[in-house]
Amino acid sequence: MTRGQLIRNILRVAFLCVVASFVLAPMLATVLGGFKSNAEIRTSALSLPESWNLEFYGSIVSDPAFWRYLGNSLLISSAAVILTLIVGSAAAYVFAQIRFFGSRMLFSYLLLGLMFPFATAILPLFIKVRDIGLLDTWWAVILPQTAFSLSLAILLFRTFFEQLPKELFEAAYIDGCGYVRFFWRFTLPLSAPILATVGVFVFVQSWNNFLLPLVVLNSREAFTWPLGMMQFRGEYVTQWNRTLAFVTLTIVPAIVFFLAAQKYIVAGLTGGAVKG
Amino acid sequence: MTIAAANRRLPASERLRRSLSNGRVTAALVLLPPALILFSLFVMLPLGESAYYSFFNWNGYGTPTEFVGLENFERIAGHSIFHKAVGNTLKIVAVSLFLQMPLALLLALLIHRKTPTNAVFRLIFFLPYILAEVAAGLIWSFVFDGNYGITASIAGFFGADSFFILADREWAFAAVMTVIVWKYFGFHMMIYIAALQSVPEDQIEAARIEGAKRLQIVRYVQIPHIKPAIIVSAFFAIIGALQVFDVIIPLTNGGPSNQTHTIVTYLYTFGLTRLNIGFGSAVGVILFIAAITVALFYQRIFTRGKQA
Repeated sequence: MTRGQLIRNILRVAFLCVVASFVLAPMLATVLGGFKSNAEIRTSALSLPESWNLEFYGSIVSDPAFWRYLGNSLLISSAAVILTLIVGSAAAYVFAQIRFFGSRMLFSYLLLGLMFPFATAILPLFIKVRDIGLLDTWWAVILPQTAFSLSLAILLFRTFFEQLPKELFEAAYIDGCGYVRFFWRFTLPLSAPILATVGVFVFVQSWNNFLLPLVVLNSREAFTWPLGMMQFRGEYVTQWNRTLAFVTLTIVPAIVFFLAAQKYIVAGLTGGAVKG
Repeated sequence: MTIAAANRRLPASERLRRSLSNGRVTAALVLLPPALILFSLFVMLPLGESAYYSFFNWNGYGTPTEFVGLENFERIAGHSIFHKAVGNTLKIVAVSLFLQMPLALLLALLIHRKTPTNAVFRLIFFLPYILAEVAAGLIWSFVFDGNYGITASIAGFFGADSFFILADREWAFAAVMTVIVWKYFGFHMMIYIAALQSVPEDQIEAARIEGAKRLQIVRYVQIPHIKPAIIVSAFFAIIGALQVFDVIIPLTNGGPSNQTHTIVTYLYTFGLTRLNIGFGSAVGVILFIAAITVALFYQRIFTRGKQA
């Protein structure tokens, strides 16, 4: 390595470290803040705590409401994922496998959801959910979320299904295997990668969703974790250490999940991006 | 011989019988409707109702009866807070295009090669993106807290008075945009990295042998190659700017004195929390038109970009 290259490399790493500290400093202050007294946060937000006080983390972990929020979110997100995968892949299979009059039109219709943001129709959605009597139930979150995920899911599924070898279906067909059975027995098992990608995408979106639960859920028993977190923040408005401990406990599972499923998340989130 | 070709030779009645017995029609009738029903009921129908309600003055109870024509739209058009919200949305677009995307591109160029160090940096930069917006907003509302946060520590370090940027009419939105850049630059960077990794190595090698400098390679080989990715990321920056909501609520909740609203927080605050369903629906319609315009524009640019 020449001297010029060395200097350039040092500058490069220095710049990357500056950006990395911009990214990490707020998160670090959050994690550490959960261990500190409020007086200590006040004087030194970024330093290591004088003593690692577990009281604030402990009080949240032992609060059943905290686990209920997480449990509600987990249930809602899982249900949205399962529904999206089943309903979306079934529709995409029809578009990929069966040619019929109007199929292109229906396909385009189902893709319309890609064109506009969720918030556009949030008020009529609220009215509809209320009129059906679903207000303050988990279904009020699950069903609209699934419906809005369908466009992207169907688009990605159809593309994938069309790339599966045609000979496979012809062979199965000649052996007397019908369309529905083929879908369950062959198409779905062969589509694990795309199912995982879409599943992760829908899960993350649903897990982090704030606007829809905010509009359709009223009682604390039904709250998802983002609502619970805002509620908690409102109750302890002068005690940052408690709020920071709460935030930390909710982002840790997200980060662990990310590290575990990194491949699918990056594919799902950036692949979801290249949907146009 | 394909199945379709084989079927075409058969008489119509036989074709119908076969397609019924092998489940072709059944398949379509069983597998397609759930998606159609869910999508129509919870996406398209509310969208249509949005347009309908926007012509009424309605508090959401009973059925809308007080038809007011375009009055809701006129009120929105004359509302200074809505102008502010639109201006803020445009500011987010500008910051995304001229600050966030160049930063993301620079970082992508620096770390797109697959080395262990680069992988660590990629991971760090992508981290904010996987956090929930609400969590990001709360974290930064702490950072910006003039009594407790990092800004307070920094101000204290320099012996300056602490300041409450989120309560400042002039600067609060700059703080909001900092959070948005922090949250999303890693996402744009990942799009560019994926594209940069698909640039054929021999093209870069060839340019180097021809005597091209590093910057020239970036300018004439790498950037032209990833142009579609840049268009995609610009599209996402704009569509994302139209949807900003979650981050604002914990940071400023639209304040101080309604200075930091975006279109969606405006819709939420003035439509839903006050149960002005007609008014809020009209905001939704405007948002819809904006989003569709962007999407159509994007399609034209993207198809032209592909042909070029």
